Parts: sequence; structure tokens; C-alpha cells
Amino acid sequence: MIETILPVIYLLASAGFILAVKWMNHPATARRGVIIGEIGMVLAVVGTILGVEANYSLIFLGLGIGAAIGIPLAYKTPMTAVPQLTALSHAFGAVASALIGTAEFYEKAPTGFTMAALGTETFLGFLTTTASIIAFAKLQELMPGRPLTYPGQNFMSLGTAAAAVILVAMMVFGTPAPWMFPVFIALSLAFGILLVIPIGGADMPTVIALLNSYAGVAAAAMGFVLDNRLLIIAGALNGAAGLILSIIMCKAMNRSFFNVLFGAFGQVAAGAAGKVEARPVRSASPEDAASILENAQSVIIIPGYGMAVAQAQHKVRELYDILTKKGCEVRFAIHPVAGRMPGHMNVLLAEADIPYDKLLEMDEINGDFPNTDVALVIGANDVVNPLARTDKISPIYGTPILDADKARTVMVIKRSMGVGFAGIDNELYYMPKTQMLFGDAKGFVAGIVKELQGGH
Amino acid sequence: MQSYEIGLYVFMLAAFLGFELVKKVSPLLHTPLMSLSNAISAIAVVGAILVTGQKDASEMTKWLGFAAVICASLNVFAGYLITDRMLKMFKKREPAQTGNDK
Repeated sequence: MIETILPVIYLLASAGFILAVKWMNHPATARRGVIIGEIGMVLAVVGTILGVEANYSLIFLGLGIGAAIGIPLAYKTPMTAVPQLTALSHAFGAVASALIGTAEFYEKAPTGFTMAALGTETFLGFLTTTASIIAFAKLQELMPGRPLTYPGQNFMSLGTAAAAVILVAMMVFGTPAPWMFPVFIALSLAFGILLVIPIGGADMPTVIALLNSYAGVAAAAMGFVLDNRLLIIAGALNGAAGLILSIIMCKAMNRSFFNVLFGAFGQVAAGAAGKVEARPVRSASPEDAASILENAQSVIIIPGYGMAVAQAQHKVRELYDILTKKGCEVRFAIHPVAGRMPGHMNVLLAEADIPYDKLLEMDEINGDFPNTDVALVIGANDVVNPLARTDKISPIYGTPILDADKARTVMVIKRSMGVGFAGIDNELYYMPKTQMLFGDAKGFVAGIVKELQGGH
Repeated sequence: MQSYEIGLYVFMLAAFLGFELVKKVSPLLHTPLMSLSNAISAIAVVGAILVTGQKDASEMTKWLGFAAVICASLNVFAGYLITDRMLKMFKKREPAQTGNDK
């Protein structure tokens, strides 16, 4: 009975997943997308359980443990920790694929095409597991976020990957020796670590998107091993989503994939940092900043990772409220790579209850800067550096930036004159119309809010 | 046509469809998109259940499958719930209570 309707159930579940991704295109329909995705998932899981023949208690115990850990994780994780949680969930998804691949290898001793699919599944699964754990450790600051490099690094990484691929080829085209699969697993795990260790914090958006894609492709490869089209479709959707996001991130940094993965950007650019010379800047107090904002008709706020670190989004929201009540037009300019994962700033500002129609993309808002009274930069650096337009030898030359320097007045909240991730000086800070507001983002914004309230 | 050939066609079409759909997603929602697509690919739980539930599964297969069921179902629950939690925060208009804070 169930054998005859299971294909129909899988077909409906596939349609549910496709609609879920489709409805994510707009905030108005996105929650509907989550519901249809959940329905697809429930259908597929219930149908599959009805179809299996043994070990029910083990399956239900597994689902129960998954729910017992997953549900609190979803509700208790603070929004600022979403990049870490995302990295961790890529690790869980990938390790599931890798373990199933391993089980199938020893159960079925596959050959030919199935072995190639199984090799892809386990290679991507294991490497994504360790890579995501390293990414998690960097985001959670259990490990230094800066790139860790050593001589011969790229040779070592590519050599490890090549050895793993050669082993798979030997198992596809020949008879596997008992040592081959364990060594292949070890190489895949090692490659994941080697891949992410040299990548710095600001490149995390690209890396997380790429690992998302890998986890999806691993699930699709599992679909080939188990001859299950639902897995192929769901995995392909995830693989495509991750790939597009990482391409968008690369474009926003004007870099290639290869450069992100093997370039160790922070390290290369460190040489340029030596040339930074002490030049005078104009610094201002919260009182000065408040009086400038008091008279502004239009303000564009440019948030960056610094705002997330200081957890300043709720104070920023208070500032937004006060200025809006005074009749000032306040909008937010979001650079694609601001923060530690794609869309990071939007989630934080949405959490602080800022309406999403005030959060604008780079292309939408760049034309408005010349008509804006104040551009307020909070914890962003390289994405507003005008050198990206003019300095051909700069490592960030050609990177699309937010045109903060074109606003009538520029204010920058920053801890110190330290250089950004790219390790280069920012011309914006030395412009005559720029006021530097030195201090912690949360504290400084709170100071401005207090001044603005005090005036009434 | 052999089963794996059909599978390759399905993969190709789904990947192209995924590209077209995801291209239209507003950058505003890139974070929830990533957690949703991660939740969708937690469909690996189906594979984990199939492998664990085989009648003649070896001890090793059973326990590897069990671990995979835990990891994948964790992603199912965490993925969908946190996506919904994030999307709930995206509001177009100011919430009504903002007028009351003075």
C-alpha cells in the first residue's frame, strides 16, 4: 500500500520545497514559504517511516533527540549568534550525509556510478563538517578570526584534496582495498580544516554561503546513492542557493572564488598597512553629533560588523525613532558583505523593529547620498572607503562601495583609528566634512540619543 | 533510460530552477533564505531513516544511521523554527506601541 503512494508523497514534498524557495522572494510571502516547506518535510518523513521495515524505536529515538536539541537551539539562540548557528547547522547536515555514505559503503560495496556519487557525498560531507566547525569556532571567537597562514599552505590544501579525489577514482574504477575508505575519510576531514583556517572573519559571508552549497550537493549526491529523487531535488535547490549567495558575496568584494579560498586576504594586505601615516582628523563628542543630527532633514545610517559586535542595534533603533519623530528621513544602506553572513545586518535591524522598507541595498541608495544631509557610519570601514574608486594599487580597488563620502556631512562611529580588515587606510576619515566619533558603537549612540532627548 | 540518468536530469533541472528562484530573493532575506535552504536539505533525514530502517541492516549501519537521524532531524527542527523566528521580525510598518513611549 505505502509503496504505491510513497512516490506521490515525495512528488508533493518536492513541490512544497520548490514553492518554499519561490515564496522567499518577498517578506510578505516568506512565512507562507516556511509553512509549505514544513508540510513537505512532514509528508516526506511520515511517508518514509511508514515504508521502512525495522528499527522503528531507533528511528523515533533519533527524531526525539534531534527535536530535543533542535527546538531549544532555534528559540534560545540570540539573533547576533545567527552566523554561528548557521555554520553549526551546516556541520550537522553535512555529517548526516557523510555518515549515511559511510554506512552505505560498507553495506552495499558499491561500484561505478554509485561509488562516484557516494565518493562525492562523503567527500563533501566530511569536508563541510570540519570546515563548518572551524567557521563556527572563528565566529564564536573560540579561535582567532584572523587568517592563519603558513608557508606551503595552498600546496598542502590542494594536495590533500587531490589525494582524496584520486582515492575515490581508484575505488570507482578498481576494487577498493580495505585501507582506502578510512584514509579517504581522514583526508576529507583534514581538507575541510585546511580550507577554512586561512580565511579571515570578513570573508566569512562567502565561506558560509559556499559551505551551505556543499551541504546541499552532498544531500543531492546521497539521492543518487539511494536512488531517491526527492533528495536530489532538495539538495540541488540548496546547492544552487548557496552557490548564488557566494557568487553575490564575491562580486560585492570584487574578488574571485579562488582568491577568497586561497588568497588569505588579510595577510597579503598587511604590507600596505605599514604605509599608514598619522594625519589629523576632526573628532566630535555626542553633543556635537546630536546638534548636527538635530538639524538634518535626511540621514542615511550605514551599519557594519562593528554594530553587531557592540550589539548596538536597539540603541540605533531609538535614534531612528527620535529622528523620525522630528520629521527627519532616516534610512539604512546595507552593503552586501556587511557583517559575517549574507543578510546579517537586515536580520539584526529587523530584530530591533526597524521596518524593512527602510533597509536599502547598495544600488538602490547610492544615488541618494549627494542629497543627504548626514551619512552616519556605524562600525563599517572598508565598504565606505573611497580609495576603492580611485587608488588602482589598493587591494580593494574596484570593490563596489557605499558612496558615504558624497553626503553633505559624514559621521563615523569607530573605536579607534585602527585599519579595517583589508589593512588599509580609509580616505573618508580625513575629509574636511567628516566628523570622527570615537567610542563604542552602543555607548556612543546612547549618548547621542540622550542629548537629543535632553533638548526637549 | 537508466535510473541514474533520470536522476542526473532531475538534478540539472532542479539546479537551474533553484538558480532562477534564488536570484529573485531580495538581499533583505538572504540570512533566512540560507537557513531555509539548509532546513530543506535536512531532507537527508529521509535517507537516514531509510538506511536505519533496512530489515537486514548490520549493527554498524544501524548506529551510523541512528547518528545521522539525530543530526539531520536536529537541522529540520532548528532550521524551520529559526527561519520562521527571523521572518516574524521583518515588518513593513512601525509597530503600534512605538507611539506610547513618551
